[in-house]
Order: sequence, then C-alpha cells, then structure tokens
Amino acid sequence: MTDQKTAPAADAAVQLDTLTGAEMVIRALVDQGVEVMFGYPGGAVLPIYDALFQDNEKHGERLRHILVRHEQGAAHAAEGYARSTGKPGVVLVTSGPGATNAITGIVDALMDSIPMVVLTGQVPTHLIGTDAFQEADTVGITRACTKHNYLVKDIRDLPRVLHEAFHIATSGRPGPVLVDLPKDVQFSRGVYQGPTEVKFGHAYAPRTKGDAVRIAEAARLIAHAKAPIFYTGGGVINAGPEAAKALRAFAAMTGAPVTSTLMGLGAFPAADPAWLGMLGMHGTFEANHAMHDCDVMICVGARFDDRVTGRLDAFSPNSKKIHIDIDASSINKNVRVDLGIVGDAGSVLADLIASWNDQGLTANRQALDEWWRQIETWREVRCLRYGKSEQTIKPQLAVERLYQLTKDRDAYITTEVGQHQMWAAQFYRFQEPNRWMTSGGLGTMGYGLPAAIGAQLAHPGSLVIDIAGEASIQMCIQEMSTAVQYDLPVKIFILNNEWMGMVRQWQELLHGQRYSQSYSSSLPDFVKLAEAYGAKGIRCSDPAELDAKIIEMIDHPGPVIFDCRVEKAENCLPMIPSGKAHNEMILPEELDDLGSVIDEAGRRLV
Amino acid sequence: MTLPAQPASAYDLAHETEAEQLATFALLVDNEAGVLHRVVGLFAARGYNIESLTVAETDRKAHTSRITIVTRGAHHVLEQIEAQLQKVVSVRRVHDVTRDPNGVERELALVKVKGEGPERVEALRVSEIFRARVIDTTSESFVFEITGAPGKIDSFVDLMRPLGLVELSRTGVLSIERGAEGM
Repeated sequence: MTDQKTAPAADAAVQLDTLTGAEMVIRALVDQGVEVMFGYPGGAVLPIYDALFQDNEKHGERLRHILVRHEQGAAHAAEGYARSTGKPGVVLVTSGPGATNAITGIVDALMDSIPMVVLTGQVPTHLIGTDAFQEADTVGITRACTKHNYLVKDIRDLPRVLHEAFHIATSGRPGPVLVDLPKDVQFSRGVYQGPTEVKFGHAYAPRTKGDAVRIAEAARLIAHAKAPIFYTGGGVINAGPEAAKALRAFAAMTGAPVTSTLMGLGAFPAADPAWLGMLGMHGTFEANHAMHDCDVMICVGARFDDRVTGRLDAFSPNSKKIHIDIDASSINKNVRVDLGIVGDAGSVLADLIASWNDQGLTANRQALDEWWRQIETWREVRCLRYGKSEQTIKPQLAVERLYQLTKDRDAYITTEVGQHQMWAAQFYRFQEPNRWMTSGGLGTMGYGLPAAIGAQLAHPGSLVIDIAGEASIQMCIQEMSTAVQYDLPVKIFILNNEWMGMVRQWQELLHGQRYSQSYSSSLPDFVKLAEAYGAKGIRCSDPAELDAKIIEMIDHPGPVIFDCRVEKAENCLPMIPSGKAHNEMILPEELDDLGSVIDEAGRRLV
Repeated sequence: MTLPAQPASAYDLAHETEAEQLATFALLVDNEAGVLHRVVGLFAARGYNIESLTVAETDRKAHTSRITIVTRGAHHVLEQIEAQLQKVVSVRRVHDVTRDPNGVERELALVKVKGEGPERVEALRVSEIFRARVIDTTSESFVFEITGAPGKIDSFVDLMRPLGLVELSRTGVLSIERGAEGM
C-alpha cells in the first residue's frame, strides 16, 4: 500500500500527536469507560489485537479482552454484561465469518433494546467488492439488524464514528451499533479526538422528556381510575435503577397493581403485595384477567408484543390506555392507545409523580378496594400450582427450590429459550432490576450461557446461574471453555427433560402428538461433559436429593453443569391459547381440553 | 374518544381492510453511502409499499440529500411509516407532504409516441393543451417532456396511449412546501 495516509510522519513531534486507526479504537474504548470486551481475533482485526496487546503491556489490563469460542457467544456475553450493568457491551470480531457469526446476537440485542457496540474487521478498502478472502458486505448485511452501522473508509472519520457509536447505542431506545473497520484504516495514522472533542455528524437527538400536558392528563386519568394497572416492560430496566425506584413509588401512590413483561421482571419487586406476576401467554391468571378487566392501563416501556396481548380485538376492551415509550414508533403500532407519551420511562415516571403531587391528586381508595377484592379472587385460583411427585423432579419444583436456596444471595439469572425459560420467569422471584437476563424478542436458544459469562465478568463475586434446557444449552456449549479459562464460576442449571420441551408441548396440544424432530436424542453425559471442560458436573434425579445438590452447586467455587433430570412430559401452564384473549386462559387442570380450545385459526399462529 | 376496531391478532394486521390512501413523504437525509438502502430496506422489511421514489443530493456542504417517497397504506400504517422513518439515524427530517396543505408535488415524464397521419396531429395537439414540450421529433414519432402533478401526467399518458405511446419514463414525485420557510 502506498496510500499517503499510511506513510510514517516525518518528524517525531507529529508522530506523537497521531495514532494508528487500531490504536484509536483501543483509545476510544478506554475513553468511553469500557473495561471488558468480548471477541475473537482474525486476519482483518490483527492490528487492533496488536494495539490491545501493547496497551495491556503499557497500562495493565485497563481494557480486558475476553476470548470467546464462537462469535455468537461474544455477542450474547456482551448482552449479559450490558443487561446486568446498564453499560454498553462491546464486541470485537473479524471480517466475514466473524461478523456473520455475531449476527444472531446483534439481532437479539436489537429486539431486546440492549446497548452494544460491535467492531468488525473488514478487508482493506481497495479490496472491498472484489470477493476477497473473508470478505462479507457486513454493513449491508447488518443494516436491518442494527440500530445504526458504519463503514469507516477514512481515518479522519474514525474518532467521530467510534464515539458516535457509543452515543447512539446507549441513548434513546438502546440498541446495537456496528462499526466496520477496513484493515488499511486500522494501519493509517490520524489525529485522535476524545468523546467531548468530536462533533457528531448526525441529527440524532432522541426525546427523553415527556410532554408535560400529556403527563398531567395521564396523572388525572390514573387518579380517577377505578381499576388501574401498570403494565411495565424492559424499558423500565433500560431507563436505569432510578426508573425502577420511580415505578415503585408511583405504584404505591396510585395503589394500582403491577404486572410486567418477560423483559421487565425485577423492575418491581416480586415480594410486593401489588405484584401480580408476569403477564402474557404464560403469565399469571391474575395478571391477565386484571389486564382484561382494567379501566386504565399504564404501559411503561413495553411494546404490546403478540406474546403479551393475545387476541388483539379482545385485548383489554374497556380500558383507557396510556403508553409511555422512548420509541415513538412503538406507540399505536399493535394496539391503539388513548394517550401516548414519548419519553424515557424514568423521566416520565418522575414527572408523573411530580404532576400527581402538584395537582393534589388522590387515588379512589374505595374503588381500589373493590378492584383488589376482585384481584384476590383471581389470585385464589393459584394458577401456578402443579402436581407434586416423590418419584420425579417437577421442573417447577426445581426452579422453586433454586429460588429458595439462592434468594438471600447476590444472584443473577440468565436463561436459554423454551419451557425452562417460562418456568424460570414464573417461579424465580426477582426483587431488583438488572438481575434477569433472557432473550425475549428474538427467543434465541444458546443465549443463556454466554450471557451468564458476561454477567459474571461484570459481577465477579456474585452467583450467576443459567437456567437452561438440555437442547438450548448445546447451542453455545462451547463457551464452557471460556468460563473455565477466566475462572468464571457460572452455574448451568439444566432442566433436562430430554425434549425440546416447548416444541413438544405445542406438538402435543396442536399437532396431534406427532413429535416431529423434537426429541433430544444422543444427549451427552453432562457430568462428563463438565469434567471434560475442567468444570464440575452434578446430576440429580431424586426430589429428595435436590436441595443438597443445589447447595453443592452453589458452594462449588468454579463453574458447574447441573444435570437436573426432570419430569419429561410436564407442560408449561397456565397458557393463553393461540388466538385467545387474556380472560380465556387455560389452567393446569383444564389441559385435557386444550386441543379442543384452540381452533384452526389459532393453530396457524406462532 | 372512540378508537377504530382492533384486528383479531397481530398476524391479521396485514389483512386489514381499512381504506388505503396515498401519501408522500419528503426526507432530508445524511448523504452517505447506504442511506437509500436504509430507507428502502425499512419499507421492504416492514412490508410497506413504494409507489415512487426519487433521491438526489441537495446540499453538498451540509452532506444532505432529499428523498421523496410515495407510499400507500391505511391511516395507522402511514403513521407507523412516519414514526419508523423518524427513527432512522441518518434521517434528519421527515415531512408528510400529503397532509400539509402547503405541500406541492410535481413530476416530470418523458413520453415517446409513434404515429402517422391524424393520430400524430392529435398527439401534438393534446401535448399543447398539456403544455408538454417536444424534445425530439422524427417523421413518425415525438418525444414529449411534461411536468406537473402526478395526476396530470396520468391523464396525459392515458390520452397518449391510443395515439401510439411506445415508451414512458417518469421521475417519480418531487415535493416542496409553499411559502418562504425551508424544510
């Protein structure tokens, strides 16, 4: 390459002021406060890895790189790190397959609004478009699955782009931002600028402050409600711990019950009497019935996902709906609302509290008492009950015991995707935000183990457990090696029923018990697998031994794979059948009828 | 306040029978590689229609281009399109030209008509009524250049079809707002 930009500067003074592109990347990460990143080296990122090596030699591990075993693992680990800290997750991968392997994690972060910055190597600019070795059109491929992305072709743009990437990833509705870095740009020299020195090139300016008039109207609507309900989501978690505090305070002022989506668990404490549990397809009877019968719904940072709403034309038919969301396009997307407020969940909740006080509003206690009496009748249904067994471990029992034995510890829970994920959401009771990491929107099997690794790196002294299924865990099992390498004592608690349980459940209920390709055949011996990786393996199939073995797992100082052999045929209930409304939930004892409850139209839904 | 009826399921959103209408959005975007793909990709990914699309750089110094996109959809779909466009980081401004009483829409078309005898005379006569310009003539053909609102172009094209229209090239809709204010 004879590019003038790469020519070494003539005098030493100039050279001091300039950095290579690769050095700028490391410098920008440090300036952005990044402490940990997840990655995998390759040809197109070697200069960055070299700059990292030299930075670590010079400054110690101020920027720690975690070597994963597959780029998908890097992206999920960054998600787990981000979700458990509120800080952006950072991924560094090479061109071509490095980038394409990371894509599942990038889409996952987009769907669940996780702040993430992905740095990908690219072939040198003069080779772009020639089908060079390990070339892929990374910005083209990821345009639809990032919040924003960049291809940096000029070293002069690099400092601005790097800082913009962090700004965009972490502000507004968070999401993944990808920066594609051709190898020649990594070698080029240029003048570095810090986060406060660069001038952003975009007009991007998300609105965080809600409209005061609408907030005042919302406060009055809530005060006059006879049967209000808070329906909260991941937006409350993303808005930071202050948002969760404001939610708790405002819920207490209004006397309204609180339910939450899968993504929002922990924003409101499960121990609070106003907590109704999760809503939606596998949510609680009381949460779904309260949603159906409420007269004022306050949706905060949730997006009326199809898993939450059930049948849309029968969704909470008699309520006035208030929707607070930082993303204007979420409002009126699936469900038309009466009062949309665009803004940050924390900011709007704080303003609602202020407005409530300013207007001297009080809740209608008499009506609320009646509302709570009604809710109690739904609670009495005890929708999460399940048959106990002395012979086999019920999966619900396994999660319940896991919760009881870890609730007084500093615990973080991740999951894979499927039945075990729903049981974890139903039976593990979260009291604080950022403690629960799960793949909600995309539903990515293989998320839980790398996410646990990311959470464990952020919280080295804490107990991090991946509640898994035997099928899902095999999708990113290679990250066991990462956990062992970095002494990360993550616990993988597999609810092993030898089936892709949720697939099996749907086949049982909707496809005439034709179990097509859903049996987990040829399973590895998970205890030996753990040992092969240098970790500890535990197996339990006897309910009587469950507690002791869970304690053994918790007390082990290193990573553990716990093969919990559970009841094979257990179904995840209660359930809103496909195509049905919130008040048409199926309870455990009604299961036999389920096939007849779901009609042909429902069968065609996902 | 009464809300329109909900569809039965999110899966039925696409099958709604609510009346569709045309809408023209003018976008001011950062002039950078791939920006058109971001906008077009959004329409493709979410299943929105594109009836016409124009794009060109409008301010080299400010690195901005203007995209005018004509789409079709039910009222709430158009609202979604506008909100989704606002979200794109590279999009600086979104203007709903159709719903702006000061919005002006214009289109240019080049129309080739082949004919002889009375049809050729009639084509020329109609072009004068529409104030189209003749930019090429042979003994058996004309190429007309016509500008105007899309509806006017449609009418012209309809009239030319039986007179020997052989080729049509349209720019797609351009838009601007009346008055002294810029976008």
